[in-house]
Amino acid sequence: MRTIIFRTIAPYLTALMVLFSIFVLLRGHNEPGGGFIGGLIAASALAIFGIACGVASVRRAIVFHPMSVAGFGLFIGALAGTLSFFKDQAFMTSQWLIFHIFDAEIALSTPLIFDIGVYLVVVGAIGSIALALEEREVD
Amino acid sequence: METGVVVLIGLFFAVSVYLMLSKQLVRMLLGIAILGNSVNMLIFANGRLTREVPPLIPKHLYTPEFATANPLPQALVLTAIVISFSFFAFLLVLAFRAYQELGTDEVNKMRVAEPDDNQTPPQGY
Amino acid sequence: MAGSSVSVDLTQAMVTAPVAAGDWLIVAPSLITMLGGSLCLMLRKNTELQPKLGIAFLALLVLASLALLVRVLDYGVITMVMGSWLPPFGIALTVDALGATLTLIGSIVALCAGIYGMATVDGTGRRYGFYPFLLLLMTGVCGAFLTGDVFNLYVWFEVLLISSYGMLILGNDRIQLDGAVKYGVLNLVGTNLFLIATGLLYGIFGTLNMADIAMKVSALENPASGTLSTVAALYFLAFAMKAAAFPVNFWLPASYHTPNVVVSAVFAGLLTKVGVYALIRIFVLILPDSLEYMADLISLVAIATLLTGAFGALAQSEMRRLLGYLVIAGIGAMLAGVVVGSIEAISGAIFYAVHSIIVMTALYMAAGIMSYMGGSYDLRKLGGLYQKNAAFAGVFLVLGFAVSGLPPFSGFWPKIMLVQAAFNDGWGWLGAAILVSGFLTTLAMGRVWIYAFWRGGPEGTPDGTSIAIPAGSVVQLGGAAPWIPLGILTALVIYFGLQPEWMIELSTQGAVGVGAGVDDPVGYLRSVFGDQG
Repeated sequence: MRTIIFRTIAPYLTALMVLFSIFVLLRGHNEPGGGFIGGLIAASALAIFGIACGVASVRRAIVFHPMSVAGFGLFIGALAGTLSFFKDQAFMTSQWLIFHIFDAEIALSTPLIFDIGVYLVVVGAIGSIALALEEREVD
Repeated sequence: METGVVVLIGLFFAVSVYLMLSKQLVRMLLGIAILGNSVNMLIFANGRLTREVPPLIPKHLYTPEFATANPLPQALVLTAIVISFSFFAFLLVLAFRAYQELGTDEVNKMRVAEPDDNQTPPQGY
Repeated sequence: MAGSSVSVDLTQAMVTAPVAAGDWLIVAPSLITMLGGSLCLMLRKNTELQPKLGIAFLALLVLASLALLVRVLDYGVITMVMGSWLPPFGIALTVDALGATLTLIGSIVALCAGIYGMATVDGTGRRYGFYPFLLLLMTGVCGAFLTGDVFNLYVWFEVLLISSYGMLILGNDRIQLDGAVKYGVLNLVGTNLFLIATGLLYGIFGTLNMADIAMKVSALENPASGTLSTVAALYFLAFAMKAAAFPVNFWLPASYHTPNVVVSAVFAGLLTKVGVYALIRIFVLILPDSLEYMADLISLVAIATLLTGAFGALAQSEMRRLLGYLVIAGIGAMLAGVVVGSIEAISGAIFYAVHSIIVMTALYMAAGIMSYMGGSYDLRKLGGLYQKNAAFAGVFLVLGFAVSGLPPFSGFWPKIMLVQAAFNDGWGWLGAAILVSGFLTTLAMGRVWIYAFWRGGPEGTPDGTSIAIPAGSVVQLGGAAPWIPLGILTALVIYFGLQPEWMIELSTQGAVGVGAGVDDPVGYLRSVFGDQG
């Protein structure tokens, strides 16, 4: 598997896939895409990087343990739903913050935070399973 | 249309039950994966199969232009896919670890937790 | 929505009235545990801080569920729809007396397990994530007790299941992997059956909201026919699998003795009861006619479960496997209550669930302490514990009496209610089976007490003598941590035995809330759909 071509290409491919996954994540609110799909793409990027360059270098590259990433995602996902408490609305009611920069409408919202949470949970959980399987293969 | 899909779902169920009756853990896991897929198709067919457009609302409108496909089964199926996918991944890791530790993937030979020579409690005081 | 200029009538789709802050108590149990669980997950490496954080969040959970129960008793059934979407479109969390009671008892048990875990879960287990998984398990358990949506119930079941997998393989031992494979596969098949039934139910009614389905079912001319009875049978099989009822109970004795003893304690207390809760919710609230239609079958299952559990317990010499069979016997008693179906029977089943959650957890905790003191879980190798600690022997006797249903402890009252309801409604065999099972359980527990506590030493010790107590053997127990939760739970067992009135009152309210014995669970439906419902 670890041919020189693959090893040379893999870092660029991983970077591209992670970038694309963030694009898919942000696109998700009004068009096909979203946190889960984006997270899967990013997790497969990590898996490819792991196959090419070894699991240890993936763990170094993402700094935090994948399960901690998943935990953080769950945390902000749950927290995003609670903001509506301060507006006397039900749990998970979406809150919007819209402002304009150079004629472009930028809409920030709690569903976006929730989606980022989902993204991180998927990256963390699937990433840790993939890395665990790859590690075993080497043993 | 529905009849064909229903027959297909039935076939999927048959295959998954057949595989799950196997003694080999790997085949059972494949059976579970197929079971998950057949359940997803079942939910999808239960939302009625139509040839409508996807339930997307154009930017300048607030309600759909035409009758659209039912989005709820799709949401349910997506949730179920996510869950069955992660469970399958977890069970794969678990089965692999069990194979490494127990040295077998045949369920009848996995008797660490329930030894064959189950001792009865003391009979006398 | 962004930049809205076209007017859309939002009142048709969304709740626009302000939501009282107190209604947020419905999401509080799941939310607190989810936040706490994810925090602990991030701090997995910090084995010192984790227990403190975990126990703090569990204590918060107990307070929140207590407040929720008080609010439900004051204001009746409460509903909150997620994202303000009106039911049946939005996912509704609906809590009545039944859900709130079980949530409170479940959180008390989880708090006790968190404290007990300080002694039995070592650094490795903490790094593997005992506290995060315990909290996330409670997210699933509380969510399942509080939801008013069938598909949402399925999702909470899965949350609960994935955390239970994590807890089952904490130590990564051979025996745990073996147990986890069987537990994992069978439970996954069970939830898939649940999902099939839910899919078919959606196909029939086009809605997943429990109150909505209940109304649509009661409007049917022939509510126990065709597809609906298939759905009912599938639900019964799925929940019976979750609850470990007779023909599908084999996963429980195969796996519950493998993990760390505190994990077994939590599982024995909570997981099977969630299955029973779902059974009560689905059959009594939504499909009462199918329940009548299937009553003969379910009563046979209940009798078989009662007897399998009791005989299985008699045949085991491993403490934890013995207790696993007692869990099964308890499930049989609750199933019997569901079959009889009168208010008294359902409230007996609810009270029994409460009793069983407390007493089974306490018994597993006691078994853990026994193995610390005696060095084994095997009855043949235990002995002389009475000399080591007479108070503990007394506590175990109390728990043994309670689980067998002897007065004056908590098992007595629900059993009386169940047996009385069974004989009143012409289900004599069920009542007899409950009594026989209780008698056999008394034998099993009495034998445990005689062998492990009363006799002088392990097998082979001559009569009339006693082994010398090895010095310092009690030091291993890890301070007060295992004793406090055992003490709390035993105190609850004694309290419910001596003062059963308010728990009987509460479970009767729970039974009325799900519509036992009446045609129309008005409170539940009205809470979801407002007064027109």
